[in-house]
Amino acid sequence: MTVKEQYLVRNAPFYQAQGKEVELFEAAYAARLPVMVKGPTGCGKSRFVEYMAWKLGKPLVTVACNEDMTASDLVGRYLLEANGTRWLDGPLTTAARIGAICYLDEIVEARQDTTVVIHPLTDHRRTLPIDKKGELIEAHRDFQLVISYNPGYQSLMKDLKQSTKQRFTAFDFDYPEATLETQIVARETGIDPETAAKLVTIGQTGRNLKGHGLDEGISTRLLVYAATLIKGGVEPRDACRIAMVRPITDDADIRATLDHAIDLTFG
Amino acid sequence: MITGIRTVADARKQAMHDPRIQACWLEVDCGFQPVADVFEECVSEALNAFSSTQMHDYLEAARFLGKLGRGPEPMLAFLEEWPSVVASIGGCEILPQVMAFVKVLQRSPNSKAIAPMLQTLAAVSRRLQSPGQLQFYLDIAQDLMTRTSGSIHGHHTTFPSPGLMDFFAQAPFLTRLLSMAGLKNWVDYGIRNYANHPERQVDYFKLQSADSRAVLQRERHGTLFADVERKLDLYLRALWRDSDLLVPYSTAFDELRQPVPYYDKLGLRVPDVFDDSNGVSGLDRYRAVLAHMIGHRRWSKPLIADNWSPFQRMAVEFFEDCRIDTLLIRAYPGLQRIFLALHPRPVETDCDPQTTSCLRHRLAMLSRALIDPEHGYTNPDLLEFVRRYRDLLAESEANTAAIAELALAYVARTRRQSDQFAKVHFKDTVIGYRDDNRQMWQFIEEGDEEEAFDEKRRLEPADSAPGLPPRHYPEWDYNSQTYRPDWVSVYESLHPSGAAADIDSLLAKHSALAKRLKRLFDLLKPQDKVRLRHQEDGSELDLDIAIRSLIDLRCGITPDPRINMSHRTDGRDIAVMLLLDLSESLNQKVAGSSQTILQLSQEAVSLLSWAVDRLGDPLAVAGFRSNTRHDVRYQHIKGYSEPWGDAVKARLAALDAGYSTRIGAAVRHAAHYLENQKADKKLMLVLTDGEPADVDAHDPRTLIEDARQAVKELDAKGIYSHCISLDPHADDYVTQIFGKRFTVIDNVQRLPERLPQLFLALTK
Repeated sequence: MTVKEQYLVRNAPFYQAQGKEVELFEAAYAARLPVMVKGPTGCGKSRFVEYMAWKLGKPLVTVACNEDMTASDLVGRYLLEANGTRWLDGPLTTAARIGAICYLDEIVEARQDTTVVIHPLTDHRRTLPIDKKGELIEAHRDFQLVISYNPGYQSLMKDLKQSTKQRFTAFDFDYPEATLETQIVARETGIDPETAAKLVTIGQTGRNLKGHGLDEGISTRLLVYAATLIKGGVEPRDACRIAMVRPITDDADIRATLDHAIDLTFG
Repeated sequence: MITGIRTVADARKQAMHDPRIQACWLEVDCGFQPVADVFEECVSEALNAFSSTQMHDYLEAARFLGKLGRGPEPMLAFLEEWPSVVASIGGCEILPQVMAFVKVLQRSPNSKAIAPMLQTLAAVSRRLQSPGQLQFYLDIAQDLMTRTSGSIHGHHTTFPSPGLMDFFAQAPFLTRLLSMAGLKNWVDYGIRNYANHPERQVDYFKLQSADSRAVLQRERHGTLFADVERKLDLYLRALWRDSDLLVPYSTAFDELRQPVPYYDKLGLRVPDVFDDSNGVSGLDRYRAVLAHMIGHRRWSKPLIADNWSPFQRMAVEFFEDCRIDTLLIRAYPGLQRIFLALHPRPVETDCDPQTTSCLRHRLAMLSRALIDPEHGYTNPDLLEFVRRYRDLLAESEANTAAIAELALAYVARTRRQSDQFAKVHFKDTVIGYRDDNRQMWQFIEEGDEEEAFDEKRRLEPADSAPGLPPRHYPEWDYNSQTYRPDWVSVYESLHPSGAAADIDSLLAKHSALAKRLKRLFDLLKPQDKVRLRHQEDGSELDLDIAIRSLIDLRCGITPDPRINMSHRTDGRDIAVMLLLDLSESLNQKVAGSSQTILQLSQEAVSLLSWAVDRLGDPLAVAGFRSNTRHDVRYQHIKGYSEPWGDAVKARLAALDAGYSTRIGAAVRHAAHYLENQKADKKLMLVLTDGEPADVDAHDPRTLIEDARQAVKELDAKGIYSHCISLDPHADDYVTQIFGKRFTVIDNVQRLPERLPQLFLALTK
């Protein structure tokens, strides 16, 4: 198996379009424009990118960014061996070489100096200089950079620089509206639409509390978790509690309110 | 009263109609005419209910009370009240304890309280329902008596308890609202705080003082609004996407006409307490009330009321309420269980239309049937309208006008002559979770009065109060280990301004010190990235070490695997609150100097503020002073968002001192600002020159203990506190308040230098 094959998305991921995002992404890819996907956690950003990679038939290299990530984690580093050092490509370099879609998830989690290394790849140059090796990589013609970020919870310190933001086309994501979300939950887990609708109702009660004690609403992903548990035979109330309420809050009052919403919804 | 005129023998010889009662009358051997007048009625009631031994005890007790030498009242009260006491608690066994208590009262200076005690005993027993509870009540009363009766030299009780009589007078009311444990706490609080203050003690036990009512409210049984307010706010937001001010109204003081929830422009009005009812918790009852009102706000449209009769309006309200409930249940099916549990279930045959107005009964049954599919009623009209109602709401939400039409048809169909009767059937017709529907009606004419037809109604414009309203804070009472609710009033304001140039010249005077400080502070500035060497995993190869390891490897020595290096960001995220004690003692001159402590503090604070501003940490400065618990001043000198500029300097220049030091309240108020700062570390510096004191605090430990409690609250909120005391003898009490987190500056003249240094040391 070549490097390229190992990154290919084999099975079609389920993705329910909310608008024209699929066509727009295809257009951006055709022009090889970098793409930024914004939206709250668990609303389907990563699934969308995966789906697009599958649809376009391109390999997908995903990097989950974190605070301790440095430029060399993206670009590559020298490793020590018995006979000296050996260079190991980082994920960004790999993607640029093989012509993959490189997806940097939660880019703002990475430090700002790290994000700067992607700049030359995102404008007309489409190159990646590797200063430690003294090499300049021309990006493969299929290469595209996609980043995601969640504008909701980050602090002032963790915003993207203007110079970074202005290199991307951007897609705004949000939790789908109720009927669509019901379909998604039902389709993803095979649960009956009626229960799915109830889960969506509870999810929305949680989203109403965003900013009033909750940093983030109950995500579609959590709804899917709850539905999966119910499908597996767990009592619906218990499933909702462990999958939708307990993970998002430690605040006793909010917990009581959401638990009450669960009781009211399931009658 | 004419007892004094008649001779004693007259009453004793009074003839009773019934020979059995005559025997009883002889047994009690009583010469009071007022007793003789009512004796027959009281005893005939008792004769029917009591066994012969019970009767004997009853008369024996009455006889004893008659011979106490306290006039006829105790005996009268006992004769009248005891049979209903026995009926309420189901037995006579408590009698010896009651009589023992009477004897205690008789021997003490409180014998006047015997009659009030006996007079309210029946009302109290009706609430308490069991001999054990009544015993508990007597114990509380006796405790109150012994602890509030005055004595001289501690030997004999010589003064009657001031509050005892009023306590007995309030007892029926108190037992209705409070559990026995709550009653005990309420009484304890009164004794503790007012034992040595007869007038205030009377006010307290008469329920006339503010704190008496506040403590009562705190101790009530049931779910208190204050405890669940946030949950209800969240409930409105989460489930109904609505939010409004929730305004509690008191249910404690309206006996006859219980207020009903309602909403208006100013907010949603709900009772201040809900007991659990029929398996529904108090909290869920609140939620049901709110849901119903929200439903009205969402789906009800006001109707013109003028052309409809009161009966028609009532029917429309019942139907509309049901429509709202149905729609609510549609949104959240679980509401049905709660609504049905709270909705009365009138019995179909309860009301006799020949003698009583049954309209309310009919409507309540209908209302039950409309939301309860298993209502089980058989009236054909009712069933027909339930069907029509279901059809109307089957596909849509319908609307208020359509439902009103249905309601009017129902009234027309079921009208009876007897609906006009004055005797109205009320049992099981009040639906507690529904509001009073005042928003459903619009009146074109305000009233029937001729002369009022062109008078425009206007809302009175509210007076805008000068300054901010006070904030109330509790104070810790170390004697009882409880908070005194809303004890201290804190008024906050901006500190008045002076000339900013004064502060600039102060800083210029200390320019050498300022330069030195600047160097120190520059070292503290966030250095952002720090290199971490000797890491096993890292972002980069540390070449020096890597080569050394490689050499080791080649030489056959075990190489050091920690050959990488990485970086760490070293940020600084501290919010600081500097709280200045501005009490009178700051005006003292410092020994060996012409400056007052106030002036030195001013210099110190200026330097610190300047330095912290250079450093970039958010800093707020505020001063406080107090003049009794009713007037604690909290003055802002610098806010968090304010830069170190002329406005702040001007305020600092005008610093003046006066009054006393009530630290606890000021710390609590400052904490509420600091708490809202978004910072990893929060630091509160308290600069003070003496121990907490105030003119209305007689026990010096009170305020020290309160301050200590306030500091504990800071800890709980994640705020680090530190005290800078200028009192060389402060160690004792400062240790009590702040533990080890304090610094005493003996040489006050060095304060301007020491304060910034101290800050550096704390935040390094």
